[in-house]
Amino acid sequence: MTQYMLSVHHRAGDPEPGEDEMQAAFKAVDAFNAKLTESGQWVFGGGLMPKETATVVDATKGDTTMTDGPFIEGKEWLGGFWVVELPDLDAALAMAQEASAACNGSVEVRPFQEG
Amino acid sequence: MATLVRFFGDVDLAEEAVQDAFVVALERWPSDGLPPSPVGWIITTARNRGIDRIRRESIRDDRQTGAVRMREPHEPEPLGPVTDDQLRLTFTCCHPALAPTAQVALTLRLIAGLQTPEIARAFLVPEATMAQRIVRAKNKIKGAKIPYRVPTAAELPDRLRPVLAVIYLVFNEGYVASSGGALVRTDLCAEAIRLGRLLVELMPDEVEVHGLLALMLLAESRRPARADANGRLVRLPDQDRSLWDRSLIDEGQAIVRALVRRNLPGLYQVQAAIAAVHSDAPSAADTDWGQIVALYDQLLMFTSSPVVSLNRAVAVAERSGPGPALELLDGLVADLDAYYLFHAARADLLVRLGRTDEALSAYERALPLTSNEAERELLEGRRAEAEGSAARRRRCRADDGPRLDAEQEL
Repeated sequence: MTQYMLSVHHRAGDPEPGEDEMQAAFKAVDAFNAKLTESGQWVFGGGLMPKETATVVDATKGDTTMTDGPFIEGKEWLGGFWVVELPDLDAALAMAQEASAACNGSVEVRPFQEG
Repeated sequence: MATLVRFFGDVDLAEEAVQDAFVVALERWPSDGLPPSPVGWIITTARNRGIDRIRRESIRDDRQTGAVRMREPHEPEPLGPVTDDQLRLTFTCCHPALAPTAQVALTLRLIAGLQTPEIARAFLVPEATMAQRIVRAKNKIKGAKIPYRVPTAAELPDRLRPVLAVIYLVFNEGYVASSGGALVRTDLCAEAIRLGRLLVELMPDEVEVHGLLALMLLAESRRPARADANGRLVRLPDQDRSLWDRSLIDEGQAIVRALVRRNLPGLYQVQAAIAAVHSDAPSAADTDWGQIVALYDQLLMFTSSPVVSLNRAVAVAERSGPGPALELLDGLVADLDAYYLFHAARADLLVRLGRTDEALSAYERALPLTSNEAERELLEGRRAEAEGSAARRRRCRADDGPRLDAEQEL
């Protein structure tokens, strides 16, 4: 079995979803999560607070520095993710298809290093 | 090779093991004679050599062994028919999670057995680029765990599409080299046809697989007539049809006839049927253009490609004359403005309608849009012809002599 991260990225300029759309997505994601938990494929997952709540900590050069805001002010940022445990990429791609439909965003699939 | 990839779950290890096995074969076969089943011998030897390699490496580096996923090597496992393994590996090579360029490279390397430098030459990319492409794809197969399996019946339509597309792309790359000299890459066509035959053997029930093979055979049958003595490209209507390869035509047509009886048409089958109608005709004028137009109508049910609409318009020109065809073409300009064959076809129709000045500017539009030298030469030749007839016509008018009919002369 391999663990995969299914991550959802927001893009600058994406249209803000309306209240109804948000509620529909929350409901669909809840149902998707319940199914994952039941099948034993769920490892971890959740949505992140807005990128403005981020702080970057750097202790690589002795003195620790802290910077307000996300790591890079990019055109894309992580919105949330799932970690799931599955036999192979085909299973992960099928699951990503469901995840994308549920959260109404495109989903990146990446395997975790093993061992 | 495919059997060993399944056994080890690792492409690199399988390749190294096969090389080892061939080295052993070179040492032993000359003195011991050929074993009863050379293929089985190579597979068994490679499997044992591969296991040795894993053991050696596990002493050297424990972590690396962890990454090598394999079945318990000690229990003897039936190897199963080789063909099943080839089919599994084909679907892995053409997995939709791999970039199309990587799918092509991997298929040629692992299924067709070409070496990396050969593949690089065939696609005119530096060897290092191709090597990197293949390594990256292999790493993705291993790292992301792209499985070695034949898709289920439900997945098959989606998963078969890239497999057929890869084979057809290899064929077309050999047939109409997208850049550079004309006749460099005939072996790519041969490889594609070999892969097509293999796939027919592996999936005899899939009608589109048969359709693709028939399409390639019928296209290949025309190769001897596609270039003149100077290597210049000859268009279908101008080809010397006695040069067409009869045995390839017979084989392709037999497949098409069998498919018509199955009556489950698809993208490749209809294209093969179009090619079959052409190969039936003793000359362009004797072609059943009505049937060709009808087949293009059918093809448009499987694809909305504007290039298919372009080809249909060219067939309409033969059936109903250049006027209606030009109207059809003018409706396609938004989609095909950057496609040289669109402007070339428009130019030809304009010449036939006697609108030579417009034809010349259409040739001017077409020329910078292709980088294939043979195709450029052909276009330049046609433009020169049109220019010549325009000049003659002007002269005729000036002399007030009898009018020369440009259309008839062309």
